[in-house]
Amino acid sequence: MDDMAGNKTEQATEIKETPKRHLWNWILCAPALTVLVFAASGPLLIVLVYSFLAPGSFGGITWSFSLEGWFRVFFSRDIFDPEIVSLNTAHLTIFWRSISLSLQTTIICAILGFPTAWFIATRPQHTRNIWLFLITIPFWTNLLIRTFAIQEVIRNQGLINTTLIRFGFIDTPIQMMYTDFAIFLGMAYVFLPLMVLPLYAAMDKLDIRYLEAGYDLYASRWQVLRHIILPLVKPGFIAGSILVFIPSIGAYVTPRLLGGGRSMMLGNLIELQFGQGRNWPLGSALALTMLVLVVGALVLYIRTVNREEEPRHG
Amino acid sequence: MARDFSINRLPGFASVAILTFFLLYLPIFTLVVFSFNEAASMSRWEGFSLKWYEAAFQNRQVRDVSIRSLWLAATAASFATILATLAALGTTRTSKFKGQTMIYALINQPLMVPEIVTGVALLIFFAAIKVQTGYTGMGYLVAAHTAFCIPFAYLPIRARLETMDNTLEIAAADLYAGPIKTFVHITLPLLLPGIFAGLMLGFVISLDAVVITEFVKSAGQDTLPTYMLGQLRRVVTPEMNAIATLFLLLSVLAVTIFFVLSRKRA
Repeated sequence: MDDMAGNKTEQATEIKETPKRHLWNWILCAPALTVLVFAASGPLLIVLVYSFLAPGSFGGITWSFSLEGWFRVFFSRDIFDPEIVSLNTAHLTIFWRSISLSLQTTIICAILGFPTAWFIATRPQHTRNIWLFLITIPFWTNLLIRTFAIQEVIRNQGLINTTLIRFGFIDTPIQMMYTDFAIFLGMAYVFLPLMVLPLYAAMDKLDIRYLEAGYDLYASRWQVLRHIILPLVKPGFIAGSILVFIPSIGAYVTPRLLGGGRSMMLGNLIELQFGQGRNWPLGSALALTMLVLVVGALVLYIRTVNREEEPRHG
Repeated sequence: MARDFSINRLPGFASVAILTFFLLYLPIFTLVVFSFNEAASMSRWEGFSLKWYEAAFQNRQVRDVSIRSLWLAATAASFATILATLAALGTTRTSKFKGQTMIYALINQPLMVPEIVTGVALLIFFAAIKVQTGYTGMGYLVAAHTAFCIPFAYLPIRARLETMDNTLEIAAADLYAGPIKTFVHITLPLLLPGIFAGLMLGFVISLDAVVITEFVKSAGQDTLPTYMLGQLRRVVTPEMNAIATLFLLLSVLAVTIFFVLSRKRA
């Protein structure tokens, strides 16, 4: 019986592997790919074209080739004499803020996420799913609502300030809203689950016998953590870092609500060019700059993963 | 993993974890609690009241944007699920074929490109189409949301297909069922939990999408998230807490259904 079933499976897979089946694969994928090319990937190419055109006077573009959009990403011209060129410090400040806040967010998520993931991974099987569910729920609930929630906590009349005033620790509210710190706090809050989940996945696979071996050889808890656990869950750290860093770089809602006009991030600068700024080519060039940062992070990630895997296979 | 507690224990880790969970839920908890506050100010608790929920239900604009959001999410998630199901059938249980990597890249592209970049790209592209055709209806939002939901709907459906045992399908083929009959009576029913999970995920993602909607919408096409984004720049009353709480409840419900469905074994 087993043999017969085995033969049948082989036959079935053989049938599937004909070129006709492959044509079918394409036909089945075609509707999804059409929509994706129309409303996701294709328009990105138009952004590329627009970044090399001249701006129209009321938004939009005029169809003449221009490098001015890309030029203005990093440089600015004097209002009275366009020949005088200087570095665009306003833009560079925003780039720096975006990158540094994203890195800080990634680090704090790793610091808080590691013990949290470990805690979940070491629960008994039946309660572990509950803890996992608790960390996943915020991940799937609206980012806007979670940002609103953090706003309620750090506002001048928010939870922290009113509590501190009531107990007499401070007299005037601490200004937390509309600062870089508020953005950092907000991003760490909304992106934390993205760090915990891959860390948990890595810990779940960890073989407890390595820890036992470590303790048998008189390792201290610190030594076990440093030399056994951390190296083994490193892939989880790398995956979590990329998952937190990428949406942080692309953040728009969180800095808009918590940072306001003074603490802008790259996403808000892009939006500005399509709103009040009315400079679509510059906006397109800035959007592509963001894309380059994201793709750069992804390439770095893939390279690191490949390098990590080499010694084990080789 | 949890065979021996003392071996797993790392000093201070449990405290940090509990603190993290506390910090994760404190803001959400505060938001929900103050939606029931009698007072208009959010700094003081003045007794339990449902009046902000009443206000939210009587607010015509809130009703309009909520209905639009639900309609859009249901439409886009349905389209995305159908397209993702077909794509999943075309990319699983097959040998490697030419262009497969490109198909994966296209399907997963919305996951990697920041929402603001996609939003800007769609703004530019749809603005050109609007000028050419004069059409300014909901079609743009449906197309944008559908494309954005495809990778999310695709994931659970593909996962289901990959873990599905194909012995029943082989048995059906043995009993002279044609490919269509086999698909309708065997494959599709087995795949249904994955399809529903994909639908739920797509629904939640579309319901949450704020940046793309903000850039694509024409005048008078606000959805609940873009309406909230507009309101949150001002000082808000607990009515916003009430709206957010209801919204939260809907998301949690959809995610719970997704969890239950995707945990069912094939």
